Amino acid sequence: MEIFLQQLINGVTLGSIYGLIAIGYTMVFGIIGMVNFAHGDVFMLSAFIALLLLLLLTQMLGLPAGLAFVPVLFGSMCLTALWNFVIERVAYRRLRGSFRLAPLISAIGMSTFLSNFVTVTQGPNNKSIPPLLNKIIPLTSGGDYDVTLSYKQILIVAVTAVLLAAFWFVVQKTSLGRAQRACEQDAKMAALLGVDVNRTISLTFVIGAALAAVAGSLFLLQYGVVKSSDGFVPGVKAFTAAVLGGIGSLPGAVLGGLAIGLVETLWGQYFSSDYKDVAAFSLLAVTLIFMPSGLLGRPDVEKV
Amino acid sequence: MSSPRWIADPLLRVDRLTMRFGGLVAVNDVSFAVGRGDVTALIGPNGAGKTTLFNCLTGFYKPTAGRIAFSPSGLRDESRIEALTASSRRFWRDGGAGLFLLERMPDHEIAKKARVARTFQNIRLFPGMSALENLIIAQHVALTPASGYGFFGLLGLPIYRRAEEKAVAKAEQWLERISLRARANDPAGELPYGDQRRLEIARAMCAEPSLLCLDEPAAGLNNHESAELARLLREIRDRDRVSLLLIEHDMSVVMAISDHIVVLDYGQKIADGAPNDVREDPAVIAAYLGVEEADEAAAEAELERRPPQ
Repeated sequence: MEIFLQQLINGVTLGSIYGLIAIGYTMVFGIIGMVNFAHGDVFMLSAFIALLLLLLLTQMLGLPAGLAFVPVLFGSMCLTALWNFVIERVAYRRLRGSFRLAPLISAIGMSTFLSNFVTVTQGPNNKSIPPLLNKIIPLTSGGDYDVTLSYKQILIVAVTAVLLAAFWFVVQKTSLGRAQRACEQDAKMAALLGVDVNRTISLTFVIGAALAAVAGSLFLLQYGVVKSSDGFVPGVKAFTAAVLGGIGSLPGAVLGGLAIGLVETLWGQYFSSDYKDVAAFSLLAVTLIFMPSGLLGRPDVEKV
Repeated sequence: MSSPRWIADPLLRVDRLTMRFGGLVAVNDVSFAVGRGDVTALIGPNGAGKTTLFNCLTGFYKPTAGRIAFSPSGLRDESRIEALTASSRRFWRDGGAGLFLLERMPDHEIAKKARVARTFQNIRLFPGMSALENLIIAQHVALTPASGYGFFGLLGLPIYRRAEEKAVAKAEQWLERISLRARANDPAGELPYGDQRRLEIARAMCAEPSLLCLDEPAAGLNNHESAELARLLREIRDRDRVSLLLIEHDMSVVMAISDHIVVLDYGQKIADGAPNDVREDPAVIAAYLGVEEADEAAAEAELERRPPQ
């Protein structure tokens, strides 16, 4: 029971990170119907940006690590957003309106470019940061296993929750979010009503990258290491989460992220950790058989 | 008798417009004018080229040949139109309401700059957004700078909140006018068909157009709903002072609200005039009812008698 509780906590932490990345996939898919395969690498890139900023602030300016984390998070969000803005301009915008596979292939190319770019500039090995925020709170004691909750985990879940709330507010209540939803449903009509579709799409990429940067920074905080190939697997998992939750649905992306995170940790605990990825992807396969549009996705009903 | 408004004070003038799709001539050398403050109906049998013409006016198609001049303050100054045509510009905005050559402008510019709004034969609301939101998004142009492109909105600054409140107030006023206040928060896609039609018109009106183009607004409506629609359109003309151009098959609606009717058949204009004149026109009757062979000769003679438009 204690172990289950512990893995539940770990699963939610991991799931929060997946959920944050998954939002980037689901938003981009919703608005231009494209799977942005480079998104996982944008996440990896953001972790490196966070790593460099953190080392810069702590080693060169001598800030205490805990204090440095706030500007690191903010800086990583801004810089990653700028990267993704440029990626959209360079690699995707010109291909919009050409045949459907073109931007997809361009995204795969961008993914390869990003991971190789980081390999060349930073080396292929793990880069680590000094451990941060190591305090833990014991939740149970005296049994054969002590359940703990680390400050990091609290921070990760809290930051995720706050950002999701802010993000939800933007999408539901502001004119930017309204424009975004309008473009999702009928971009041509939105343009006729004066919505700048290109700018709205750019902003979608910027927001998606900022959330991925939060995930990247938190990932770095939690695991302490990052390497240039780290974009692929979390990227694929987050994409799985987005599809599982119903691609195009924002709450679905978060729910899918949590589900994947939990299945992965619990399977690793009770069965075999070698097969935890198999379990996560099997969950997707089984869900899609019974719910083809995902957990919260709305089926595309064509009215005749 | 004074000359009718579409000659004395037009705000839109279509000159010798032709639209070809490969070998098919959908609109052939059509000219007409829309009077400022008039309800102008564009009628004709199926396949006459009405929607194609509409799509040229609103920038969905680029016409093969011809000119579409538009000015919200009226097109009285012929030399200005000629000067703009001779230049390579798409529009002039120096003072007043501006002068636009719609055939040179892309669709979103026609909507934003010339302020020509339109509705669609197959309704194009945002089905997943609420009725209220559909009306607010039409005011996006006014709202965007005030929201600091989203950031002021996030911070809840008063400048944004005031602009937003104004937009909501206007949207609610329109919901009131189309009697949909009670369903403001329902997704537009779940409203009954007739309500969706009226909502789409209200959305176009929220963009504050100077010309509103309606593509078969009464299609699929029952008698009661058609009467309601006619009332709404007349109100838009008289109270909001917006000129209307509509494609319509429902003759009861056309006759009830039109000031001016233009009839197309096989891509050509066969009649143009006040409702009563058009109704009696043998060419129109022939086009609509089909004719016996004997009558056909008479109809053709009638057509030949007219000078080519």
